[in-house]
Amino acid sequence: MVSGPFERGRSRPADPTALKILVAGAFGVGKTTLVGAVSDIKTLQTEESLTEAGRPVDDIRAVSGKRSTTVAMDFGRITISDSVIVYLFGTPGQERFRFLWDELARGALGALILVDTRRLADSFSVVDFFETRGLPFAVAVNCFDGAIRYPPEQVRRALDLDEDVPVMLCDARERASARDALVAVVEHALHRSARQRSAVS
Amino acid sequence: MSHGWFDEEAGPIVRPYAMTRGRTRGTVDHPLDLIALVTAETGDPDGAAGGVSDLTDRELAPEHAEIMRRCRRTTESVAELATGLDLPVGVVRVLISDLLDAGLVRVSRPVPASQLQDDSTLREVIDGLRAL
Repeated sequence: MVSGPFERGRSRPADPTALKILVAGAFGVGKTTLVGAVSDIKTLQTEESLTEAGRPVDDIRAVSGKRSTTVAMDFGRITISDSVIVYLFGTPGQERFRFLWDELARGALGALILVDTRRLADSFSVVDFFETRGLPFAVAVNCFDGAIRYPPEQVRRALDLDEDVPVMLCDARERASARDALVAVVEHALHRSARQRSAVS
Repeated sequence: MSHGWFDEEAGPIVRPYAMTRGRTRGTVDHPLDLIALVTAETGDPDGAAGGVSDLTDRELAPEHAEIMRRCRRTTESVAELATGLDLPVGVVRVLISDLLDAGLVRVSRPVPASQLQDDSTLREVIDGLRAL
C-alpha cells in the first residue's frame, strides 16, 4: 500500500473499471471448477422471491410464511491491474434460476459456455440465451475423464453455432486451460466490437 | 433425536433483514449492480483517525462499519462485500445505500462492456489473463 496520511487531499486516482464474464452451462458441467481454477472462489447468496424461483419445484406448503429462497452463485475476482478488475460469475445451472441470468448478463463483457459432450442437448437453451441477447460468447468442451473426445468442429455443428464463435476443448481443472478459454471470450468480444465499429463508419 | 442446535447449526442469530430494519431496498433509484465498486470517501482531512467510530448516528450498524473497514483497505464490488460479510446481496445493497446517503462511500456504476470507449481495456484484460 502506498497511500498514507500525506496522500490525503491529493488528486485521487480514478476508480478502477470493473468488467464481468459469465461462466455458463448446464447443471454440473464444471463451472465451479473452472472459476476456482483461475481465481479465488467465493459464494454469493442472493435472495429471490419464491414466486419466481421455485414455483414448479419447491413445495412450501409446510412453511407457509416462506416467501423467498436463497440462491447461491459462484464468483471470482481477477485483478488485472490497478485500473481493471474482472469478475467471473458462475450462472446457476438449474433451469428454474434462468431469470437470474438476465441481471448477470446486463453489461457483461461476454460469456464462456461450458459443455459436456455426453449431454450436449442440455446446452441448447444456454446457447440460445446468449445468441438472443447478442452477448459475445465462446464454447469450451469440458473434457471429462472417460468421455469420448469430439473434434471442436463437430461440436460446432451439433450446437449449430456461427462460424466466428470460438469452440475449444478444455480441462476446467487446469488453470492454463481455463485461462485460455477466458482469453478466447475476450478476444471474440474484441473482434466483434472492431467489426461493429468498421460497419458503422 | 433430542439434541439441540448449537453454533452454526442453529443458523444466524439475527435474521438478515433485521439489520436493515426490515427494509428490502435503499434510497437509490436503481438496485446497485453486483460489480458496482464501493470506495470509502476520504474527503474529511481529519477523518483518518476517526472514520465510522466518531459517527454518532445511531442508525449505523456494525455491518456498516465492516463495509467501511473493507472499503478503506481496497475497493470492493457489491458482490465481494456480500460474500465478505456473509450476507445476502439484497441486505448489503441496503447497507451500502445507507453509507452512500451519509456520504461515507462513493459507488462507481460499471460501464457496460459494449460501451467501452476503445479497445485498450479489452487488450489489457487479454494480456492480464495470459499472465495468470
